[in-house]
Amino acid sequence: MGEIWQGLQAAFWLVVTLDPDLVEITLRSLQVTLCAVAIACAIGMPLGSWLAIQRFRYRRAVIALLNALMGLPPVVVGLVVYLLLSRAGPFGALNLLFSPTAMIIAQVIIVTPLVASISHQAVRELWSDYHDLLISLNASKRQRMTTLLVDARRALLMAALAGFGRAIGEVGAIMIVGGNIDHVSRVLTTAIALETSKGNFALALGLGFVLIGLAIAVSFASHALSRTEREGRW
Amino acid sequence: MVTILPLDVRGATVRRRGRTIVGPVDLTLDGTGVTIVMGPNGAGKTTLLRMLHGLVRQRGGSIDWARPLAEAQAAQAFVFQTPVVLRRSVRDNIAFPLMLGGLARTQARERAEFWADRVGLAGALKQQAMDLSGGEKQKLALARALIREPQLLFLDEPTANLDGRSMREIEGILAQAQADGTRIVMATHNIGQARRMASDVIFLYRGRVHERNQASAFFAGPETGEAAAFIKGDIVE
Ligand SMILES: Nc1ncnc2c1ncn2[C@@H]1O[C@H](COP(=O)(O)OP(=O)(O)O)[C@@H](O)[C@H]1O
Ligand SMILES: [Mg+2]
Repeated sequence: MGEIWQGLQAAFWLVVTLDPDLVEITLRSLQVTLCAVAIACAIGMPLGSWLAIQRFRYRRAVIALLNALMGLPPVVVGLVVYLLLSRAGPFGALNLLFSPTAMIIAQVIIVTPLVASISHQAVRELWSDYHDLLISLNASKRQRMTTLLVDARRALLMAALAGFGRAIGEVGAIMIVGGNIDHVSRVLTTAIALETSKGNFALALGLGFVLIGLAIAVSFASHALSRTEREGRW
Repeated sequence: MVTILPLDVRGATVRRRGRTIVGPVDLTLDGTGVTIVMGPNGAGKTTLLRMLHGLVRQRGGSIDWARPLAEAQAAQAFVFQTPVVLRRSVRDNIAFPLMLGGLARTQARERAEFWADRVGLAGALKQQAMDLSGGEKQKLALARALIREPQLLFLDEPTANLDGRSMREIEGILAQAQADGTRIVMATHNIGQARRMASDVIFLYRGRVHERNQASAFFAGPETGEAAAFIKGDIVE
């Protein structure tokens, strides 16, 4: 009990005094996650929207695949990316293993299906509402897509936040492909795992505080968003 | 000036799941008045209007406008039974067709304000359209349909779910639109409304044009038993 209390106190000071290690690790976490989420949005949102309004032969199969990919165990994603990037693998020459880039690649694979799936649902709902009007007004394909994306913007931002939440807390895949190397690929989650196993609870807890803080900030943002969604303020 | 009419429909048919739900329809529509499409539920009123407007493709037959199809479609507007409401402000909903047409936002909004005023929504410009009442949503849909000053306006039972007051207001707006030169084709199964508004009537029955006549003649002496029963208020299936 005493040990935990001391750990909490030490952790508190680490956060308050902006301990350099803590700051470095936090910034890397944010950097990797924000990059991954940005790429996942750039792929997932157009893909989801396109699946919502375009009819083609294997549409249902693609949507089913997307939903299945959402349930992909991150550790397995990590393993596959590891194999692809390892020296003997097809992309070994790029020398990316154990770098933040490798971690971003893994995160993108994990987060894109989630973003695409949420976007798909939001845009599909809107499309079934707007369909008749947009066709009646002879809107071009491009105009239809823009109208739907603009009017679904809050739901799309929610998709991005959900992606961020998933990515920032993910540990299995980035541990494997990043290697948790100090000053190179160590992020919040992998650092917590390491410090805990070393018995260094103060730093582990401090990192945990930051992680929880980020998670809470995201869920607050989602909540605030869903309120403005109802009130339609932007 | 209505230039896309006359519309000439020959043998047009709409099929769904192997069943003919409308047609074959022969029909001409010329340049003046209010055509009311009447008939019992399921007669095919909605499908007929959607076919004429190009929202559903016909099978067989032909639908010919006096102008090329693209021009004809651009000169039409459609008001749906359940108004389509964009998740935007009232003003941006009404301005939407002009924005699609490439008009600058400020000009489109100015026109929207004019039309909001015409339909009695001037006080709700900045409100979210989703928050409007049913009657207000339908007036918004009307303003949005009229803002491009269409030559031809289709309406599918626009007052079916509304109270008497909204119905009167909407009929007033339509009378004004007609006076401004818009040709109106409207489905309704409200006989009172049909009597008030019609210059001519299309009576649909089981997907076919069962009777077509000037309003006065139609209401004074319908030619078919089904139309007579329908006007009397009997149950027609
Ligand atoms: N998408 C559809 N699929 C199958 N049947 C349809 C479809 N739309 C309409 N119908 C059928 O076509 C007939 C005419 O429908 P509708 O045009 O909506 O009639 P109304 O507007 O006069 O009530 C009805 O029997 C209806 O069940
Ligand atoms: Mg109908």
